[in-house]
Amino acid sequence: MGTVVSFDVPDWAGQVLGRAVQWLHWVDATFSPYRDDSNVSRFGRGSITLAECAPELTEVLAACADVGERSGGYFTVRPGGRFDPSGYVKGWAIERAAAMLTAAGSAEHSVNGGGDVQCVGDRGPGQPWRVGIADPLRPGSLALVVTGHDFAVATSGVAERGPHIINPHTGQPATGLASITVVGARLAATDAYATAAFAMGPAARDWVEDLDGYEAFAVTPGGETWQTSGFGDHRASD
Amino acid sequence: MRRVIFAVTGTVAGLVALLSFKSHSPTVPVAATSGTGGGSSSSSSSSTSSSTSTSTTTTTTVPGEFPEGSLAGKLTPGETAVTGHVANTVYGPVQIQLIVKSGKIVKVAVLQQPMNTIHDIQIGEFAFPRLISETLAAQNAKIDTVSGASYTSAGYVSSLQSAVDQGL
Repeated sequence: MGTVVSFDVPDWAGQVLGRAVQWLHWVDATFSPYRDDSNVSRFGRGSITLAECAPELTEVLAACADVGERSGGYFTVRPGGRFDPSGYVKGWAIERAAAMLTAAGSAEHSVNGGGDVQCVGDRGPGQPWRVGIADPLRPGSLALVVTGHDFAVATSGVAERGPHIINPHTGQPATGLASITVVGARLAATDAYATAAFAMGPAARDWVEDLDGYEAFAVTPGGETWQTSGFGDHRASD
Repeated sequence: MRRVIFAVTGTVAGLVALLSFKSHSPTVPVAATSGTGGGSSSSSSSSTSSSTSTSTTTTTTVPGEFPEGSLAGKLTPGETAVTGHVANTVYGPVQIQLIVKSGKIVKVAVLQQPMNTIHDIQIGEFAFPRLISETLAAQNAKIDTVSGASYTSAGYVSSLQSAVDQGL
């Protein structure tokens, strides 16, 4: 994996980041498919049982199965044939890191893990968070700005991981969209839905439209854009 | 006042809570990334471990020079420069250098990066992926963060890890 995580926190809260950072390191040690000795690698090889793994893996697998079911199979823990629940784990880990800061007393912070963002509260009194959405076709430019409080934003696309999101139904890299951004309340599900939606391609528009509490914005490979009917509520007007 | 703090997870085993952090006030959401005028002169950065200790060091950056060159010749006593390998990304080569003091990263320099994606930005104390965000933010001064990363993040982490492997 290898993800840079940035925390935007009230001044004093820099003192309580230790546990959240420790949590992220633990997640990596436990869930990384690139570490031979991680629970995920050993479980994937069949050298340990689920019961021998950290209980969080059971929790993650249940959540992955749920997203897989809700997405008609466009989300899987075996995206390339190999056991790899990373498509859920990253957002889940970031969401929980943000929750740990909340538990430590911070009411206003955001955590950005590799471009997937959990915002808590507002950035300041009367100041909603503003999250720029990178334009996948014009590096260095923004497609739009999402604003609000207590929300999660995840973007999946060719600009994020390269052509590595696999359509589980074809086994081939998904190419129907340049990127799709999903906005929801909590990052774990929001991020997983963004991954599934990207694999789905143009059909994701109707799918997200029917998901309660989620909205999407997409850029097509040709540079056209579309959004679900409620996405406008999240768009900044300036 | 708010702070932005970076952590590296993943392949960089055992390292670091933190690359750097900076403060910015609510009315100036993006500090120290102005393209002209040496706007970073008022920025300060602090280095810290994952625990609660902090030590404040004021850093200076060279306006208009980008990427910044090796800092190996400009070290203060106790600092060591560790240069990562060149990581090739879709956009071009990425190479970073860490300045390490007492086992902690106190500064990250970007020695090489794709020049077609970021222009005229001062580097200094920022983590490279964040730079992309900061660049975007500088173009649109009213954003806090950016969703949607880029190929270059992986290049950054790869180069960073090689430096860490050598130096920490």
